[in-house]
Amino acid sequence: MSREAQDRLAAGLTVIAAILCLVLAFGIAVALLVKSQPILATSSVTRLLLSSSWHPMKGDFGLYPFIVGTLWVSGLAMAIAVPICLLTAVYISEYTHRRIRAAAKPLLDLLAGIPPVVFGLWGVLAVVPLVGKLAERAGSFSTGYSVLAGGIVLAIMIFPIVISVTEEVLRKVPVEARAASLALGATRWQTTKHVLLRAAMPGVFAAIVLGFSRAFGETMAVLMVVGNVPAVPKSLFDPAYPLPALIANNYGEMMSIPLYDSALMFAALVLFAVVLLFNVMATLVLRGVEKRIA
Amino acid sequence: MSARRLEEAFFRALMIAATLLVAASLFGVLAVVLVKGLPALTLDMVTKTPRGGYYLGKEGGVLNAIAGSLCLGIGATAAALLLALPIVFYLQDEYGGRSRLAGMARLALDVLWGVPSIVYGAFGFAIMLYFGLRASLLGGIIALCLVEMPIMARAMHEVVRMVPAELKEASYALGATRLETGRQVVWRYALPGIVTAVLLAFGRGIGDAAAVLFTAGYTDYLPSSLTEPVASLPLAVFFQIGTPFPQVQQRAYASGAILLAIVLLLSVICRLLARRSDVHVLR
Amino acid sequence: MSHISIRELNVFYDGHPALRDVSVDIPDRQITAIIGPSGCGKTTLLRCCNRLIDLTDGARVQGSVLIDGVNILDPSVDIIALRKKTGYLAQRPYPLPMSIYDNVAYGPRIHGLRDRRRLDQIVEHCLRATSLWEEVRERLRSPAAKLSVGQQQRVCLARALAVEPEVLLGDEPTSALDPISAQQVERRLVELKADYTIVLVTHILRQAKRLADYVIFLYMGELVEHGSAGDVFQNPRDDRTKAYLGGEVS
Repeated sequence: MSREAQDRLAAGLTVIAAILCLVLAFGIAVALLVKSQPILATSSVTRLLLSSSWHPMKGDFGLYPFIVGTLWVSGLAMAIAVPICLLTAVYISEYTHRRIRAAAKPLLDLLAGIPPVVFGLWGVLAVVPLVGKLAERAGSFSTGYSVLAGGIVLAIMIFPIVISVTEEVLRKVPVEARAASLALGATRWQTTKHVLLRAAMPGVFAAIVLGFSRAFGETMAVLMVVGNVPAVPKSLFDPAYPLPALIANNYGEMMSIPLYDSALMFAALVLFAVVLLFNVMATLVLRGVEKRIA
Repeated sequence: MSARRLEEAFFRALMIAATLLVAASLFGVLAVVLVKGLPALTLDMVTKTPRGGYYLGKEGGVLNAIAGSLCLGIGATAAALLLALPIVFYLQDEYGGRSRLAGMARLALDVLWGVPSIVYGAFGFAIMLYFGLRASLLGGIIALCLVEMPIMARAMHEVVRMVPAELKEASYALGATRLETGRQVVWRYALPGIVTAVLLAFGRGIGDAAAVLFTAGYTDYLPSSLTEPVASLPLAVFFQIGTPFPQVQQRAYASGAILLAIVLLLSVICRLLARRSDVHVLR
Repeated sequence: MSHISIRELNVFYDGHPALRDVSVDIPDRQITAIIGPSGCGKTTLLRCCNRLIDLTDGARVQGSVLIDGVNILDPSVDIIALRKKTGYLAQRPYPLPMSIYDNVAYGPRIHGLRDRRRLDQIVEHCLRATSLWEEVRERLRSPAAKLSVGQQQRVCLARALAVEPEVLLGDEPTSALDPISAQQVERRLVELKADYTIVLVTHILRQAKRLADYVIFLYMGELVEHGSAGDVFQNPRDDRTKAYLGGEVS
């Protein structure tokens, strides 16, 4: 084959790969929609999303407790993680020697690679008993398998990604910005607060959104510590049942009860849609930031 | 002294506390699992498959899961590589980089990157049902490939983007085709980064439980064929921790330690490769 | 009586010497120009005067820079008070990501001034001093980034003046500007020297000749010659100075 022909063949293959990529993304959405059809035919979307009645045997598939559970746990994880990660990212970016900065990146990547199931193990061993004791002190009862346990474990899981992205965004703010502020006699914290965070705000926001959608979709670690009781949690010490855990726990039974598999596929669709929304938003913002600075 | 000096000192202390908290918690996770797991980590664990009664505390090991994870990981990573590499090359300017298809493909990759692995598991399961497959090594490979591909593609894209345009121009100026430039210049320059991306994806793949839960099934036997269910380390951990027997729970930690060891080893290899191989990188 | 005294200043970047044994007194209330070919250490010398050199990774500084008798390179010195005394103009104007008003008010605000009327006065005063007031008085709240480059640099100058410094340091402050804006900034600087000690780094010899009262010539990190502008430009003593002024080296 001539060189040109080889080149064109290779180029063609790359195009096919790109198209496959698109097909895949659509395919997932379509497949989930198709599999959700049966249940959507029997109940409206609002009933599925807002009803608290979860009795698969009777055909009741109210996803509300699971959605609320997911929101509680993810929300708590963000509440814990965001301040801590921002502070840490600012510290690494602005206050440390460049050698420490250089060492922090690979370390964070390493920690980002720890398998979720390991976090789950740690959660069962260290966090669940702690939460149980805390609940006792607070006067309520808890087995320890709770929203709080899930929130803590999730928060620690998303530390690496939020810190990494935030630190990168902060580094992208040009040195002149710091020079301009410091030259006027501002303290480093004032410079950070008034200039850096303001300049990097879209990027920081995107980092937070990325962290949130990671938390939202996490299955294993949360499943192991959150209690998996299908009821709307009323306090931090109550158990919850996030959507990913619902899907994971019930794949065994889902074929035996009518419409159960469809309901779970619908749950997966909801997850997909929410995470999709957040991730696309965040990525667009991050790309915009890059373009503005470059 | 002024309020802002105090403010500076206060926030500085807060920042240090936060950083220490992050470091302590993450290392705490590692430490706890290793400390709990190492005592139960016997040679048997790594060399034997579960015998009868394993889950009740009797003999055996998790070789089935170790071998299963490796098979799943290698299969999925190879498949993901087949898809990720061409896409990343396509996104370069001299291929389709500026076309609308490329823009959409980039968006699609971002979408796929963010999909939770449980959704890939559910999707994989739906596909398998449609084709009449059961939970098997093949099913697990498909699902994991879906999980790994966007991670690999994103990491590779970062590396390939960094290849200086002047370098490629030098090659084209000599009359080379895109394919030749890709194989002789881009590949060589970006190879360490590409390998890192592959290892990174591999590490994420073997650590993932949610995607293989429905699609790979579980078994006490070593992987024998593509159409049989296969065990995996994350699921081994999960099932063992769920039993009421302390010896079995201990083994869960040991399995977790094995999994951690594999993932950390991969990370270290990545770091070493990255450092040793910037021979061709221009400064 | 000079404000700034530099004694045996040595600066190393990752071990490589950038400035060697520089000792010189900067005269009060005059414009001092630091000239020399590129890479000779002009910016390094300037950035030692307000310790912005601290921002450069890998920089090591030895010797002393005395401002009003106090060695500012001493780690125990109050950096923030020091920087209030020295205003800084960078080569590329960098307006802070805020409105014009907030840019100029930033300095006083961070040093604790909250009184609205005082801030208004300061903003107006400084914008007038840089002859920007008439141009922007109607849009003080709009983002400073929307101004033209020349206007931005004048905002940066106004911002620097707002903290009432005694010294103004400029790192090639007009090289990124169009000729008209450059001229305006130069005129402002000449007006300001009545009240401030001004130190400018410039690689444009003609600008130095236009503006400087005192000249410092650096070559490859060494202080080769310094003196009043008339002396240095008319009767350079060192061969290297002659070569640079003659255009043989740039």
